[in-house]
Amino acid sequence: MAKIKGFVEFSIEQCKGCELCIEACPFDVLEMSHQVNGKGYTYPLMKHPEQCTGCTSCALVCPDVVITVYKVPTKK
Amino acid sequence: MEIDVEQYKKDLLAQGAEVVFSKTKNLTDTPFSYCGGCGHGVAHRLIMEVIEEMGITDKTIGVAPVGCAVIAYEFWNIDAVQAAHGRASAVATGIKRTNPEKFVFAYQGDGDLAAIGTAETVHTCNRGENIAIFFINNGIYGMTGGQMAPTSLIGMPSSTAPYGRNPDMHGYPLSLTNLLAQLPGTYYITRQAVNTAANVRKCKKAIRQAFENQKLKKGVSLVEIVTNCNSGWKMTARQANKWLEENMLSQYPLGDIKVPKTDN
Ligand SMILES: Cc1ncc(C[n+]2csc(CCOP(=O)(O)OP(=O)(O)O)c2C)c(N)n1
Ligand code: SF4
Ligand code: SF4
Ligand code: SF4
Ligand SMILES: [Mg+2]
Repeated sequence: MAKIKGFVEFSIEQCKGCELCIEACPFDVLEMSHQVNGKGYTYPLMKHPEQCTGCTSCALVCPDVVITVYKVPTKK
Repeated sequence: MEIDVEQYKKDLLAQGAEVVFSKTKNLTDTPFSYCGGCGHGVAHRLIMEVIEEMGITDKTIGVAPVGCAVIAYEFWNIDAVQAAHGRASAVATGIKRTNPEKFVFAYQGDGDLAAIGTAETVHTCNRGENIAIFFINNGIYGMTGGQMAPTSLIGMPSSTAPYGRNPDMHGYPLSLTNLLAQLPGTYYITRQAVNTAANVRKCKKAIRQAFENQKLKKGVSLVEIVTNCNSGWKMTARQANKWLEENMLSQYPLGDIKVPKTDN
């Protein structure tokens, strides 16, 4: 079976640095930045993009709707 | 080896990557006023996603409470009003009775629904109004600085019970949801949470059910959503979700409490 591949994008300025997305990712894709956004919060980055499956878990728990998820459609 | 993230995204787009999750149009661009990690944001999003998916954006009227969600109408891109403290279900009753073709919901915290608004909540349910109630239970008065609520757990510290809730002095945690299930006017009652991706998925199904039920005119559908209040609980968001799992869910177990009888 072909590997399922996806990636995520963040509206960084909307992020409040709660880290719930980090906790929710089953594939250890995300880590928090060392920089801060305009509100002074750290925000998530893709540390291991190649491990992202586009499963949407991070986006589902994000309280501030920061995350957009993309996925490569799996071929039949 | 470090992967170039921007290049990786471009490669996947070239392979046909599509958006599988994005922000619903039923939320405005106004950033939520909630603390980082607060469950109110997820609850708002799920309700607004369901309204978009059902195609009832122009047919739905929400009622915001007093509590942290007092300006929810700034975030919901739908028609909404804001009620006096605890009275959201009474206001929703009036809206639904005068606009029976609309989908109407009340959105209320535990201080709002199960303390100051207890009478309105009980009588709305007893009258069997055809509305949905979304009950955001974080076991505390979040907005006003973390005072004890009727829903606070035994031993749970708060600004008005700094040594923890003591039942001899403060009484017991009130599960109004279970009491409401006894009333013939309630049609569907369930308790959900939004602390994990799996629970978010289940919660969204319950919210959808609550809206679908309104078409049947069989009474109140109430979805309790157990959430964190990391500021009031004096924890980080991650600690609060863990504490919720370990403490709130034993007092407020998840699952359906009253489901419609299937006729056969
Ligand atoms: C008539 C009246 N009494 C008291 C208050 C003060 N007050 C504002 S919000 C609130 C409690 C809110 O708690 P809850 O409903 O649990 O909402 P949360 O902020 O936790 O989401 C209280 C007591 C008020 N605004 N109006
Ligand atoms: S979409 Fe899934 S795998 Fe990708 S970062 Fe989010 S939680 Fe992790
Ligand atoms: S869950 Fe959302 S708000 Fe919290 S850190 Fe992740 S992206 Fe930011
Ligand atoms: S005080 Fe509590 S309920 Fe209010 S926004 Fe902050 S975390 Fe949420
Ligand atoms: Mg509360």
